[in-house]
Amino acid sequence: MKEIDYLAPSSLGEAYAALQTGKTSAFLAGGTDIIVQLREGRKQVDQLIDVKHIPELVSYKWTDDGGLEIGAAVPFAEIYGDAEIVHRLPCLIDCATLVGGIQIQSRACFGGNIGNSGPAADTIPALIALGATLTVGSADGLRDIRLEEFFTGPGQNVLGSGELIVKVNIPPQPANSGSFFHRFIPRNEMDIAVVNVGARLDLDSNGERIEGARISVGAVAPTPLYVAAAGDALVGEAPTDEAFARAADIAADAATPITDMRGSIAQRVHLTRVLTNRALNEALARSRED
Amino acid sequence: MPTRRTHIQTNLNGEEVDFLCEPRQSLLEVLREELGLTGTKEGCNNGNCGACSVIMNGRVVNSCCVLGVEAEGAEVTTIEGVAEGEALHPLQQCFLEEAALQCGVCTPGFIIASKALLDSEPSPDEGRIRHWLAGNLCRCTGYDKIVRAVLKASDMEEVSA
Repeated sequence: MKEIDYLAPSSLGEAYAALQTGKTSAFLAGGTDIIVQLREGRKQVDQLIDVKHIPELVSYKWTDDGGLEIGAAVPFAEIYGDAEIVHRLPCLIDCATLVGGIQIQSRACFGGNIGNSGPAADTIPALIALGATLTVGSADGLRDIRLEEFFTGPGQNVLGSGELIVKVNIPPQPANSGSFFHRFIPRNEMDIAVVNVGARLDLDSNGERIEGARISVGAVAPTPLYVAAAGDALVGEAPTDEAFARAADIAADAATPITDMRGSIAQRVHLTRVLTNRALNEALARSRED
Repeated sequence: MPTRRTHIQTNLNGEEVDFLCEPRQSLLEVLREELGLTGTKEGCNNGNCGACSVIMNGRVVNSCCVLGVEAEGAEVTTIEGVAEGEALHPLQQCFLEEAALQCGVCTPGFIIASKALLDSEPSPDEGRIRHWLAGNLCRCTGYDKIVRAVLKASDMEEVSA
């Protein structure tokens, strides 16, 4: 690795100031991507700004209305032991526990996975399904961005050069709602998604009618996709196999994958249909849990 | 330009340690090259193989994906800190008894990762052990003997607890 400067600001203000020095910068949170990218010469910067000493970035809290705000640099492993998160937002556990092995999950974080903006990133379809927004900060203040509007291409996003992802906001989920994240890889662990899908279903109080649905698919386009039409097609329907199959067809039609070493176009379109269907069924089962 | 080195203080294997390192150096490089602790191995050096696993502030991490400067104020346990004097840790004893190693390069990482598991979950089942150790690669054993050794160590720890 080339020589770099290391800064560890203890407030957002100090972090923004560090961005104004005229040097090229990258943020260091879990380091599981950026350290490797710098070492292998895939990225070059003058300074690394370690954000793990900024209190807002390394803590999480429930909001008064039942939403969850997760600091961008909270390591995945930190939420596994939180019984309330496991119970109320199991979809977060689904996706985080599939990112690398436990060594990666001890350090990697939602902010890093989002900031890297990989088309196959595992936490993103789950977060989009949950309706997450990002709070992004700069010297000018804070702004919120809907997660599905954040990505512009592989490794590309709308973040400005003076901006930092501060937190991920999961809105309160409706009472009869369930969410699930599914990934296909050719083995059990430690691989990058061929396709991944996050799905959320909101049912009426009888569990007989779908009031809302959100479906997001990864690794089938230059960015993670939010397929609004697939969810909208379910609204007003009963949660039947036929309705789920129609939504899965819409998701598969929205997929524009490439053929690469992980899978072909045909396989990825097929997997989009299968995983969407399964994720909807699992989300339905969860909506019926306490 | 002179190399910029930062003074870092960390608790390493239960002892307060000072060292100087450059910001670009990984914790793995610092352990092996600055502190002479060569039990922690370099495998892939990109976060895939787990050979460089250490426990940092209670969690198992790949030391190739941590900067040395990040160890300021941290508690770090390496393979050198697992035995108590001459007394092997139950995991070390069980790896020997179950022949859970061949070339041995991955072994320190497996023992550290397994220790992190047993420290938080004393009685994991086989599925849990296999899932937990997914981030540690072994190209010799085929894993079965490693998993058996961890299961046996968890039984021993239960008896001694």
